[in-house]
Amino acid sequence: MTSIKDMTAIAGIGLTEYSKGTERTEWSLASEAIKLAADDAGIKVKDIDGLVKDIDDGWDCSYVQKTLGIDNLLYSSESHWGTSSMLNVVTAVASGTANNVVYYRSRKGATTTRRSPSDYRVAKETLDDSISILRIDFYEPYGLATPQGCAAMLQQRYMHEYGITPEQMAGVIIGISEYGAKNPLALYTDKPVTMDEYLNSEMTVAPLRDIDCAPGVDAGIAILVTRTEMAKDLQQTPAVIMSAAQGAAIEGEFLTGYNQEKMTDFPETMNMAEELYRVAGITAKDINVAQLDDRFAPLVPMQAEALGLCGKGEGAAFCGAKSLPINTAGGSIGEGFMDSNRIVEAVRQVRGTSTSQIDNAEIILYAAGAGGPADGLIIRK
Amino acid sequence: MVEYVPGIPILKPYIDADNKPYWDAVNDHKFVVQQCNKCKNYYQPPRPMCPECLTLDTMDFVPASGKGEVHSYIIYTTDKMAYPGMKIPYAVMVVELDEGVRITANNADDIDTEEIHIGMPVEITFVDIDDSLTLYQFKKREA
Ligand SMILES: [Zn+2]
Repeated sequence: MTSIKDMTAIAGIGLTEYSKGTERTEWSLASEAIKLAADDAGIKVKDIDGLVKDIDDGWDCSYVQKTLGIDNLLYSSESHWGTSSMLNVVTAVASGTANNVVYYRSRKGATTTRRSPSDYRVAKETLDDSISILRIDFYEPYGLATPQGCAAMLQQRYMHEYGITPEQMAGVIIGISEYGAKNPLALYTDKPVTMDEYLNSEMTVAPLRDIDCAPGVDAGIAILVTRTEMAKDLQQTPAVIMSAAQGAAIEGEFLTGYNQEKMTDFPETMNMAEELYRVAGITAKDINVAQLDDRFAPLVPMQAEALGLCGKGEGAAFCGAKSLPINTAGGSIGEGFMDSNRIVEAVRQVRGTSTSQIDNAEIILYAAGAGGPADGLIIRK
Repeated sequence: MVEYVPGIPILKPYIDADNKPYWDAVNDHKFVVQQCNKCKNYYQPPRPMCPECLTLDTMDFVPASGKGEVHSYIIYTTDKMAYPGMKIPYAVMVVELDEGVRITANNADDIDTEEIHIGMPVEITFVDIDDSLTLYQFKKREA
């Protein structure tokens, strides 16, 4: 059987300006990010022959094609809810279906709010097509209508099961914000969060605090993947993809898998990690740097456990001890929620261009979709 | 207890062929859970096929005890993330029923938000929101 191991590499990354509010459309942000990714790799935009869109954000591939002037798309698809779609990109390239495939996400997270009842209703109507996987109507009538609340439900159970204290939870944010403070792109972390600041911060959905939630950012990000041997001839150091994987699990839902046997186990991430390490031929111990889903900080320790980086119940202490560098650009907490900004940081660690460059950054893990359908990548120089 | 903000509608369940018997029962102040009559497994949320038996015609809705324990809960304490149609603070609980399935709902009027805790014994009760909507909530129960 053939393996995707080492067959593909990230050859280009494209980032628009990060802002707390822009007049520009997601269409504009996506178009610019994809162009920048091609420029970064040193290929012509018209040589892009595959596009993969994040299901939650960004304009459809056919519209992006209108701005980029791409004649044909040999491959196009969308991510699974809650995940990025790097596996789609990798399999499209590794199979020879397409040569230069871009995963893009453009999002106006800072200017889009879902606050008024009509906004909620609009959001729900938009989701009706996918209601079979997001049966949110079993939660919405009870006012559980935001992902923050859904995640806080997991956090409460987690803190109860393992006796995790707020001080231990603070350690997660403190560690990530220390990296964020060094990264000028991290709009939301000017300086590291302190223990006092965390403990005195506002609870928005107890036990979840406002400070635990990744803020919204307006930005576009594109990741360009090509065959490894092609990438070696391009202008950047290739970030070789050792493995890419997705994970799902029985009774899984997007942050509301409350009927899973143990809702704090994140079995989707466990399943994803098993495949990720198997394909890469490594174990969790071989990971030097991790870029984890910190959309809500309390998901990070649960995720670290599911990824096998530490034992069950040890995640908060593990993050606080900083024994493994996690989210070295400040994650979504610092840069704003985008998922793909953590792929970009994983690539920076390979290229040696991170604002918190880790000396022995040989094998870098990226994970997304904590508390629901999951995906991840392992990359190396 | 939960209090609603007048003039702002509650988001209603999306009723279809897969869950209609469930919400019809709630409308009649009865609580049912979906159970496969072949393997006897209980399921939440209701679904059109049993994942154990792969059968479409075995999915019954059976009367359930409605009794259980709080498995997890949250409290919306500011209006930042809360649903604007409900007055803050309000709680949402996930309750593990004796049947093993976990149901999400608010606390009834007899439970103060501050006294909710994991392991708290509770049971189902019903509240008529308006002419077209009845919901279940959880009230206190002797352990
Ligand atoms: Zn069955």
